[in-house]
Amino acid sequence: MSAPAIELKNITKTFGQIVANKNISLSVDAGEIVALLGENGSGKTTLMNMISGIYFPDEGQIFINGKEVVIKSPKDAFKYGIGMIHQHFKLVELFSAAENIVLGLKEKGKYDIKQVSARVREITEKYGFDIDPDKKIYEMSVSEKQTVEIIKVLYRGANILILDEPTAVLTPHETEKLFAVLRKMKEDGKSIIIITHKLHEVLSISDNVVVLRKGEYIGTVETSQTDEAQLTEMMVGKKIDLNIERSTPENSTDRLVVKGIDFTNHDGVKVLDDISFTARSGEILGIAGIAGSGQKELLEAIAGLQKLDGGEIVYMNPSTGNAEDLRNKTPIQIRDLGVRLSFVPEDRLGMGLVGNMDIIDNMMLRSYKKGNSVFLERKAPKALADKVIEDLEVVTPGPTTPVRRLSGGNVQKVLVGREIAAAPTVLMAAYPVRGLDINSSYAIYNLLNEQKKNGVAVIFVGEDLDVLIELCDRILVLCAGRVTGIIDGPTAKKNEIGLLMTKHTGGNE
Amino acid sequence: MPIIVTKIIAFLAASVVQGIPLIYGSTGEIITEKSGHLNLGIPGIMYMGGISGIIGGYLYEHYTENPIGIIAVLISLFASLFGSAIMALIYSFLTVTLRANQNVTGLALTIFGVGVGNFFGGSLLKFFGETGSIYLAATSAAYRTTIPFLSKIPVVGTLLFSYGFLAYLAIIIALLASWFLNKTRYGLALRAVGESPATADAAGVNVTAYKYLATLIGGMIAGLGGLYFVMDSTGGGWTNGGFGDKGWLAIAIVIFALWKPKNSILCSLIFGGLYILCVYIPGLSAPMKEIIKMMPYLVTVAVLIFISIRNKRENMPPASLGTSYFREER
Amino acid sequence: MMAKQNKIHEPPFHIVKRPAIAGWKSVLIRAIAIIAALGVSSLVLLILTKKSPLEAMKLVYEASFGVYNKSIDKGFFAQIFTGRKFWAMLQELCMLLVIALAVTPAFKMKYWNLGAQGQVLFGGLCSVAVMFYLNNGFWATHKWLVLVLMLIAAVVGGVIWAVIPALFKARWNTNESLFTLMMNYIAIQLVSCMINVWVPNGSQVMGVVNQNSKIGWMPAMVFPDAWGMHPSAKNYFFNILIVLCLTVVMFVYLRYSKHGYELSVVGESVNTANYIGINVKKVIIRTLVFSGLLCGVSGFLLVSGTDHSITTGLDRGYGFTAIIVAWLAKFNPLMMILTSFLIVFLGKGASDIAMNMGFNESVGDIITGIIIFFIIGCEFFINYRIVKTHREG
Repeated sequence: MSAPAIELKNITKTFGQIVANKNISLSVDAGEIVALLGENGSGKTTLMNMISGIYFPDEGQIFINGKEVVIKSPKDAFKYGIGMIHQHFKLVELFSAAENIVLGLKEKGKYDIKQVSARVREITEKYGFDIDPDKKIYEMSVSEKQTVEIIKVLYRGANILILDEPTAVLTPHETEKLFAVLRKMKEDGKSIIIITHKLHEVLSISDNVVVLRKGEYIGTVETSQTDEAQLTEMMVGKKIDLNIERSTPENSTDRLVVKGIDFTNHDGVKVLDDISFTARSGEILGIAGIAGSGQKELLEAIAGLQKLDGGEIVYMNPSTGNAEDLRNKTPIQIRDLGVRLSFVPEDRLGMGLVGNMDIIDNMMLRSYKKGNSVFLERKAPKALADKVIEDLEVVTPGPTTPVRRLSGGNVQKVLVGREIAAAPTVLMAAYPVRGLDINSSYAIYNLLNEQKKNGVAVIFVGEDLDVLIELCDRILVLCAGRVTGIIDGPTAKKNEIGLLMTKHTGGNE
Repeated sequence: MPIIVTKIIAFLAASVVQGIPLIYGSTGEIITEKSGHLNLGIPGIMYMGGISGIIGGYLYEHYTENPIGIIAVLISLFASLFGSAIMALIYSFLTVTLRANQNVTGLALTIFGVGVGNFFGGSLLKFFGETGSIYLAATSAAYRTTIPFLSKIPVVGTLLFSYGFLAYLAIIIALLASWFLNKTRYGLALRAVGESPATADAAGVNVTAYKYLATLIGGMIAGLGGLYFVMDSTGGGWTNGGFGDKGWLAIAIVIFALWKPKNSILCSLIFGGLYILCVYIPGLSAPMKEIIKMMPYLVTVAVLIFISIRNKRENMPPASLGTSYFREER
Repeated sequence: MMAKQNKIHEPPFHIVKRPAIAGWKSVLIRAIAIIAALGVSSLVLLILTKKSPLEAMKLVYEASFGVYNKSIDKGFFAQIFTGRKFWAMLQELCMLLVIALAVTPAFKMKYWNLGAQGQVLFGGLCSVAVMFYLNNGFWATHKWLVLVLMLIAAVVGGVIWAVIPALFKARWNTNESLFTLMMNYIAIQLVSCMINVWVPNGSQVMGVVNQNSKIGWMPAMVFPDAWGMHPSAKNYFFNILIVLCLTVVMFVYLRYSKHGYELSVVGESVNTANYIGINVKKVIIRTLVFSGLLCGVSGFLLVSGTDHSITTGLDRGYGFTAIIVAWLAKFNPLMMILTSFLIVFLGKGASDIAMNMGFNESVGDIITGIIIFFIIGCEFFINYRIVKTHREG
């Protein structure tokens, strides 16, 4: 048997103190499709970036057709016939498909875009793509853009294709089309690595599955010899005890009732599809799901930052007993209704805080409007800043330090501290412990628990299933903008959630 | 010939003379903007292109007994290109390498260029112990040489063949720029740099080199507009501030021309016409003349508004215009 | 299997963004930049005017603070304080400063208002119109009322000129930098037009208005005769005082008012502004009203307190310089006193040297340009760091 088209041996990559990849090995033959499976943050993309020349491994070797190679830039990767299709397309929107495909190539001979188009057509016919080379990118659907990216690497003569979550943005129908193309490429002798979380897709397209978990290599299994249950088990691992305290909710009443909301984003993708749930006071409602399943849009919709297509968001005001409709109201209108809604957004420095302002001024963001004076009142925010710094043990030279200069964990403490200080009745937090070390993470869990004890309805969007299971009273699972299940926290099973996260109900197509 | 026809022909010919510097300026700015850099220093560069040409021509005429036209042209042309190139390099060093704010850098460049122009325009003779104001007879005459015979044809000769070679060069450069941007792979790469430097970078385009070259070549082209103005339109002399606001108009024409050098030819000629329309409308009162002079600016504002309301993708500036590119370190 | 360390070639240096920089370091970097700029400037002066740097420095100093005359029985500082040069310099500084103040709130919001010139001119034009028409009968006995009306007219004019582009920006996101730029030239033509209306003899120059009655003139300050103040001190005193007050007002507005806070948030991140419920369009328009208002005041001060007339050069070309002054001061009004001093001091000095030598004053602009290049360039070393490439692990 000939040498594999590409083989990785014992690849290790660290960023600072974080080990992103540890001793990972995998190999792909010509005419083989390998699926790379793992949760968010398991190191899949890092690994693939090392093959495509974006990162450079600290340790380990890469072999192409049995020969050891050094890939230190995307150019080198091209040279060895490796092409990567990133999740975020790198295309010039204003250019046509053909122009994007030929961009940066130093071909000999006269530059003639018509000839390029003709050659692109050859490729599309060979593999069964469906695309017009003269169409502008900005007029294209997401799947068409992806097709352009794939043709781009094929045009450059790639034999090894890496696709980073190609189906995350596709409808089931488009996914089927993509898979048909991939199978044709496989017949043509290309080697394909596909990164995905979706188990049914793994089972339908791949020959072998490589599973990573938290940067470590878990194992390789033959697709025909495995099933969803085994893969889920490998992907999420055994339950780890974290010892996060969880009290039993007391006097829980309905606080926020979401009924059938729909939302379509700028690209025309339906991001929220008929979402319904209830958040109750004195309870932590977890939201689990693969990144980009609609978590961000859901929270922003509730906070009044997204215009919904339909559905209802009803807030039960505990002080008046009234039911207020929050749908399509602005953040100010929501506040004026007397709704005390706090929101810790995912984008801390881009949305929740202003990086160049100091801690005091950031404390004021929520409260500066109070009072009739034209001037700002900095005493209370100063006191609040001091209190947050002390209570949450924020490491900072002082309250007048710009938050941009704080470390990630301290930035988050400032943001959470401010949102909690508004004495909310509903607290929404999106990935509040992302990028934080263990101690900071526990500090945040404690804060959320404290709020819960105070009767706040807490909505917690998380990515670590162990945390969700230990912290939350109920867990809502999102998959591709739909609710695939709402389960009880204390009795939840990890693989049960894992299955729900990848349970594509097939959509309407 | 009826007097009205004569007047119209004279007006059209004068429009061309006014429009040529604008063609240079806007073509230069389009090339620069295509790399993602809004160069508000173009007015200063055009001043610099003019004064550098004057200095070159003056030195030659000063030290030569019988200046030869073609040599005077070559020396001043080279000097002008050199002066503009220095300015463009200052701009690109600051904005590309040092990633300084493009608007502030551009404004500073304009202040600097206008200062240099007006300083040497007013004081150059003084350095050589002469008095009076600069007048480069031989050099200017060479620049103003028109095509023999053809320019003497009535009407057609005046309209098409009565200009110095720089006028024709302007149109050739604009057409070449158009061809370059749309029909070559380097043009494609340059447009990609302006639209999305990260994409171009990933595709293997040397973003920094393209930005430098575009700013440099764009600046040198714009500088020729200043050279044409001093050597041809005004006949080899310098009046302080005489070039006026043409540099800013050139930047405005870029929008008017929708970032297409081909369009900029016609737009520049129209603006040239608007610029001197007041001279050719008979019976205007003095205040009315000033109102008519407002036309180019009012038209620009109208176009700006129209384009923003229509909000069409193709009519937008290069997407990365005004922002520095920094490939994040891993 | 043994892991193998791969050697690769990379440039020996690369650039990284600085997360933070110590205060003293950033001051040091800027100081080095200014010293380097002064070095290059004096080299330019040496080449152009053959003045040695020391001599040039003395002349630059004297351009702003006057010549010290030992034979007069007056102290060093008293001579400066009572002299013409000092007050002329203060007046110029304040005119630059007030326009810089006017553009500041908009820039802090990242709205590129290049139209300060037009806003000042149009404000000044409205102001001069009041002065021109209301100069007899009732108005001759109510001079203060004319002054008030002039101020109001100037403010209304400045606001109109600033708010038109802002409306289009807020509604359709129309490119504000070119729009405001064009508004400059429209204002220039309007001024030329009105001068032709008011002075029909075709000279296109409007002489000093109300030379004898001094209606609409900023009152002169009364100093004790014993002080021996130069007349410019008296004439410019109120202008300077008003601008210094406005500086404090602007500082307070930006630092301590809710409006100032909102416009900073909009400037830093529109996302955050939406998140906390700031109406971004409203803030844009309100800020430009304020910006135009101050440009109007600048126009009024230039007409009433300085020129008593109008030309298309009323703004002294400060429209662009003011933007740079504000930017260099990081939009801090108190710092702007320093930056406008730096620009006026060096510019005036350079012009004076050139004029002395019989050259024209544009050398001031050359020096201004050089200084700005250096200060702009040094920002890079504050925001980025050049580090030696080395690999971890």
